[in-house]
Amino acid sequence: MPQLHHLLLILPLLLPLYGAILCLFCWKRVLLQKVVGSIINAALLLATGILLYEVHTYGILKTQIGNWPAPYGITLVADLFSCLMVLTASVTGAAVFIYSFRGLKIQRQLYGYYPLLHMLQLGVSGACLTGDIFNLFVWFEVLLISCFVLITLGGTRPQLEGAIKYVTINFLASGLLLTGIGVVYGLTGSLNMAELAIIVRRPAENNSLFLMAGMFFIISLGIKSAVFPLFFWLPASYHTPPIAISAYIGGLITKVGVYALIRLFTLIFIVDQTLILLLFTIISGFTMVIGVLGAAAQYDFRKILSFHIISQIGYMIMGLAIFTTLSLAGTIFFILHNILVKTNLFLISGVVGRLNGSFDLKVLGSNYLKHPVLAGLFLVSAFSLAGIPPLSGFWAKFMLAKAGFEAGDYTIILISLGVSILTLFSMTKIWNEVFWKKAPVDLDLPTPALPDNLTKGLLYAPVIFLITCILFISFYAEVIVGLVYRAAEQLQHTDLYINAVLNR
Amino acid sequence: MELLMPFIIGLLYATGLYLILHRHFFKLILGMMLFGLATNLFLFLVGRLSRGLAPIIPDDAQVATEPFADPVPQALLLTAIVIGFGIQAFSIVLIKRIYQAFGTNSLDDLNNTDKLDTTHKD
Repeated sequence: MPQLHHLLLILPLLLPLYGAILCLFCWKRVLLQKVVGSIINAALLLATGILLYEVHTYGILKTQIGNWPAPYGITLVADLFSCLMVLTASVTGAAVFIYSFRGLKIQRQLYGYYPLLHMLQLGVSGACLTGDIFNLFVWFEVLLISCFVLITLGGTRPQLEGAIKYVTINFLASGLLLTGIGVVYGLTGSLNMAELAIIVRRPAENNSLFLMAGMFFIISLGIKSAVFPLFFWLPASYHTPPIAISAYIGGLITKVGVYALIRLFTLIFIVDQTLILLLFTIISGFTMVIGVLGAAAQYDFRKILSFHIISQIGYMIMGLAIFTTLSLAGTIFFILHNILVKTNLFLISGVVGRLNGSFDLKVLGSNYLKHPVLAGLFLVSAFSLAGIPPLSGFWAKFMLAKAGFEAGDYTIILISLGVSILTLFSMTKIWNEVFWKKAPVDLDLPTPALPDNLTKGLLYAPVIFLITCILFISFYAEVIVGLVYRAAEQLQHTDLYINAVLNR
Repeated sequence: MELLMPFIIGLLYATGLYLILHRHFFKLILGMMLFGLATNLFLFLVGRLSRGLAPIIPDDAQVATEPFADPVPQALLLTAIVIGFGIQAFSIVLIKRIYQAFGTNSLDDLNNTDKLDTTHKD
């Protein structure tokens, strides 16, 4: 359907936007909002699925908003990487949406949860599909402001505390991003990514200034994706909101920062690449190690998962630092796998918290005895996160390690393999404390009333849905590997992107 | 003017960052505003300073005659101002809520979420 491509590219933006507006019209009528949300999420899944298929068939697609020709107007571009991101985002979005039916208190649902969730999806789609750096900034703001409100929604004390850190540091990051965009515009006179890519490949003398602009982007996007040494806001805030919210934010938002880093540093900031890649290597090593060590000290289910987000961001940056086709493919696979697995682990922690009334590992216990299915679901996700074959994490790490050995980056690969073992240690700790250990009896905690069957079903359904997706990309890894390899080739052969956008 | 502006922007950045690093909430808000102003002004300066050179194409011409002011940074600036305004409004309300909930004016009292044993509910 080549004539429908323009519509198809805008649908991932239009659907959540319409969803948000319709939900705002149904203010305080939760049932109607759920109906609207269900339709929107189903349509979004379908649209992003078709978009991926079309991009796979026809190559990179683009559309010019308002029909302004390429370097002057705003361009939406979908290559395989952005399609895969948008599709994964809509899968996790749907899962979190179902979870929040029963996983979120009714007061929060009444006061604007669903419109905000749709605005967040809008921001993610926009950031992944845009082909203009200023537009990228605007989508990041849409996404962040939705996150701000979602994190504070409900206004409990820990939420407010987490939010102030999150808001301040992200405001700073946005300011730095805007400054970087200003520097780039001042140097080149363009904001279109494809045109910028052409300009930086011309021999010119202001290279050092362009490197400085790149540093602005590294710092600001580094804060947004929580790399070492800019990650301190993440474990302070991600565990504070209710699980439905922290699952979506924790699973997805930092990866959008990584997406933007990969997009910009394969396409535009290729000046002085040895220095930038060395910097990325150092950052990734520290991010991996510090994240996993931080997790080892924690005794709260959600905080362990929060620290693991940081550690896994390191793997993604590592793939970018090695900078071969295989390593970029490994990074893309890792991002997809990590979004699914991390969201799922957060949702499982939510179910555990709901059934036991606590997230504290010291209080929890005997869950394997009480809820064997849940234990099984956790085990699959945890093994996948640690990279046990044949689950999805193994394929992603295998691609990264192979690429690293081929490129001769032995040190960083050895660090990453060591970190994998520590990840397994953390997951075993959760398994031992939450599921295996006998529940401490001397604590007189109020045990919450067990949820009825419908509630239980609605809590389990999204977890099982995500597990199915994880198992799919684990056992049909060949298809996915082929896909991400092609996506990485598109990232490496920038002329494909440039020609598609500028109609050359 | 061209010479003065970089110093003003640098001063705004420095003051903004300095105030953000303070523990007092009011200074935090003030710092965020100044930092936002600095970025906006920087974005404005990127389009080069010019006076009375509106980029309007005359009726009898196809293209604007050089020199004219670059309209793109001004458009960006407007967007950035609106976004910054929204975020600042949100953070003022947030800080007011925090002040009400915690009864404190110092960021040092807000380190509970960083502690190891956070057994708070919900």
